Amino acid sequence: MEAVEDKPEPVKKQYASINKMDRNRVILFSMFILLIAAIFISFIIGRYRIPVPQLLEILKGKLLGMPQTWPAAVETVIFKVRIPRICADLMVGAALATSGATYQGLFKNPMVSPDILGASAGAGFGAAIAILLSFNLVGVQLSSFVFGLGAVILTYMVGSIIGRSSNAILILVLTGMVVSTMFSSFTSITKYLADTDNKLPAITFWLMGGLSSVSTTDIKVLLVPFCLGIIPLFLLRWRLNVLSFGEEEAQALGIDTKTTRKIIIVCATLLTASAVSVSGMIGWIGLVIPHIARLLVGPNYKELLPASFLAGGIFLIIVDNVARSAFTIEIPLGILTSLIGAPFFMYLLIKGRRSWI
Amino acid sequence: MKLEIKNAVCGYGNRTVVKDISVSVRSGEILCLLGPNGVGKTTLFKTILGFLKLQGGSIILNGENVTSWTRKKLATALGYVPQAHIPPFPFKVLDVVVMGRTAHLLSFSSPSRKDLAIAENALETLGVGYLKNRIYTEISGGERQMVLIARALTQQPDILIMDEPTSNLDFGNQVRVLQQIKALVEKGIGVIMTSHFPDHAFICSGKVVLMQKNHKFIAGLSEEVVTEGNLQDTYGVDVKIVSSPGRAGETIKSCIPVLAGV
Repeated sequence: MEAVEDKPEPVKKQYASINKMDRNRVILFSMFILLIAAIFISFIIGRYRIPVPQLLEILKGKLLGMPQTWPAAVETVIFKVRIPRICADLMVGAALATSGATYQGLFKNPMVSPDILGASAGAGFGAAIAILLSFNLVGVQLSSFVFGLGAVILTYMVGSIIGRSSNAILILVLTGMVVSTMFSSFTSITKYLADTDNKLPAITFWLMGGLSSVSTTDIKVLLVPFCLGIIPLFLLRWRLNVLSFGEEEAQALGIDTKTTRKIIIVCATLLTASAVSVSGMIGWIGLVIPHIARLLVGPNYKELLPASFLAGGIFLIIVDNVARSAFTIEIPLGILTSLIGAPFFMYLLIKGRRSWI
Repeated sequence: MKLEIKNAVCGYGNRTVVKDISVSVRSGEILCLLGPNGVGKTTLFKTILGFLKLQGGSIILNGENVTSWTRKKLATALGYVPQAHIPPFPFKVLDVVVMGRTAHLLSFSSPSRKDLAIAENALETLGVGYLKNRIYTEISGGERQMVLIARALTQQPDILIMDEPTSNLDFGNQVRVLQQIKALVEKGIGVIMTSHFPDHAFICSGKVVLMQKNHKFIAGLSEEVVTEGNLQDTYGVDVKIVSSPGRAGETIKSCIPVLAGV
């Protein structure tokens, strides 16, 4: 955050605002470099270590179409295991963080996220039922989107019926918790009904949240809803600033709030659902990462959304590296993100301004 | 630019709060809405701004009925100054002010240097240019009110609609805000504002609508409308209107409550 100056000299003032813009640009650029570095490191580490020279040789060889002079096993690890997993980490992390930042602006509520609004639980139930009914990948995506959207709309509507008072922020959070619990119960029923030999383990394993079994096909299926969700949000991102001042002010400033809100809710939920249907329940990213991004670049969505996108990607890539290489057995990703996210959220609550609640 | 409200009927859902009200305001004119709580001042505002559907009558801007106007078009004609509140995110003041450009931007674009210059200019006009790099959530209530007025000016509207612009401000800031409003009116902007203080109607010396219970209202110039009798009818309390000479020899009117004898 920049220092607050009291009536500085005109010239100095101008510098201050230029520096601020440059500063954010430098931060975003550094995050981009960090992301590239994280991706590079992810290729190397893991249970099957790939030495840097070999990695470079293979990448160069593949890129230039040179004949294969390296072991086929290494190539398989890189292209069939590492690349899909890194792509999934990046997309899931970016999707959850971007949708979280978006929900926070749209509902003018810094305490919400895909998890808290019930979007994750709804999408989780949609995916579980699709697995139970043996849908294909696209079916799982669609089902999780439909139920995720249903859950967000339910939370929002019930929340706005109850929360006409000044406690709207807390009421939305509580309503979201109720809706989440409801959809989690539906998921439990789904598990109860599932065949204990093959369906139940599949649903349970998937629910724990992880990307260990992600394949190239998963990535291809994920890419479509990811782009459909993220592109409109990036185009509309400046308007999120205006929407965060509330319905009436946004209308008075010239935004057709009904249409804009619908587009934004659909896009953010599509992002959440596509992430959940590939990775299962990975919590806290959508809440914590936007706050970190806000600390870095400030609340203006013009920079906040790209910062959330990058930070989400970096975070999940790093955490997933820990998940797959810290111990001899892989730790489910969802457990790790909760272990980091929950204490951080406590810190935010303690440090947070009183007006949040 | 002329805003006419003709036989407007306003309310929420099936409930009618304001009935058959007719007033008009032009560029360079000020209209002050007075009246007790619950009489429908805010309801009328929300209807003019299109937040609530008109239940009857019409709202006409420059001869055109606004019911079919888009938000964007309406926002370039009417600027709204809400009561200052604290948003959930610590935006920079200039970022808040430049939001006034929304109606002038395409859906997918963000403000350009030119828009930022218009926003800075609006802050300068109100004499609060020094606030531009401060954090909106950390400045005082009076400063926030100025920032919101600056935001509405950045919209470059013909008419400003202000919801109790002096509420929750200390005495000095109230006067400062009123002074700026008066200056804007002199520059040719039309203003509609609500107030709880009959004195504000005298200070701004323009039109007044005194809204009373049971859907009655009295409209006219402040001199004619804000009288001891009318105020007593409206608020049910005893008041005296006193006149005193101003610095330049003009007459300053003021309203003083008369407390019942012990």
